[in-house]
Amino acid sequence: MSDNEWPLWEVFIRGQHGLNHRHVGSLHAPDAEMAIKNARDVYTRRNEGTSIWVVLAENIIATSPGDKGPLFEPADSKVYRHPTFFDVPDDVGHM
Amino acid sequence: MPDTNHAIETDVTDSTAELYQWLLFIGDTNLILSHRVSEWCGHAPALEEDIALANTALDLLGQAQLWLELAGQFDEQKRTADQLAFLRDANAFRNALLVELPNNDFGCTLMRQFLFDAWHFPVLQALVESSDERIAAIAEKASREVAYHLERSSDLVIRLGDGSDTSHQYMQAALDYLWCYTGELCAEQKTDSVLIADGIVHNPVLVAEAVHHTVSDTLSMATLRVPESEFMQTGGRAGVHTEHLGFLLAEMQFLQRTYPGSTW
Repeated sequence: MSDNEWPLWEVFIRGQHGLNHRHVGSLHAPDAEMAIKNARDVYTRRNEGTSIWVVLAENIIATSPGDKGPLFEPADSKVYRHPTFFDVPDDVGHM
Repeated sequence: MPDTNHAIETDVTDSTAELYQWLLFIGDTNLILSHRVSEWCGHAPALEEDIALANTALDLLGQAQLWLELAGQFDEQKRTADQLAFLRDANAFRNALLVELPNNDFGCTLMRQFLFDAWHFPVLQALVESSDERIAAIAEKASREVAYHLERSSDLVIRLGDGSDTSHQYMQAALDYLWCYTGELCAEQKTDSVLIADGIVHNPVLVAEAVHHTVSDTLSMATLRVPESEFMQTGGRAGVHTEHLGFLLAEMQFLQRTYPGSTW
């Protein structure tokens, strides 16, 4: 990547129905203001959004794929952490 | 005193030709700029700019369609928006010369967009108050789109004008080249006077003040120098165009000219 390249931004959009902001993709922009404008042009052309967040991709701290085993596998064998052993009365409805 | 109903009817009949010409002016100006901007599709220097320009072109095309549809109602031949767009020759177009000029470099395209938006936005704001509710309704819808066009183009002009030495040079060269085509947008047109008096269309003198503020504020933030020459090109509204319009129409109208009446 050359020094002249604009930094990468990750874009999060809140949909029409008051849901959480959801990651929709990324784009390049020289600064935050342009990133918001570009996000508006690239990701909300079809009426997808009511709110936009952008964050510099380099500011996102991510887990490393190599750590997948130690981080996530221990949870695999802990079925008792899932509340699946309770009888839920029918009239409780959706939980 | 003449019979009131009769007087109103006479007024409406009398200004039909003028209103038709005015609607062609604003409709054609949107249409031709839309085509020019769309020429960047797939060629802009960054994907993000490419899609932003395509959005602008589509907004302007949608507005052109509304204006030309309305124009068709005042046309003696009752032509549709499509017929007006694709079956007229260059000397029948009434667009401002500014929008038919070639894109040249990206800086020139952005500068033209800014100079156009700086005029377009206050025009639409004024037209929202039009005594003709069809015009007011189109202006209402369009002004929301154009507010964003102006925000974006003025921001880019400031960034590039006040950017690197190279970008500053490009923007200054673009401004010097385009400047003499800006006067036509706000020029007073004799045929508009009856429409202005009836509150149907905007008063270009009042709009010119708003345009002047936006342009001088933005150019000063962009560290660009306004050209000193006061000579302004005109002719678009009389159908006297630059040589560039014919080439543009040859491409834009090719399909309807070669396969008349084809649809999809």
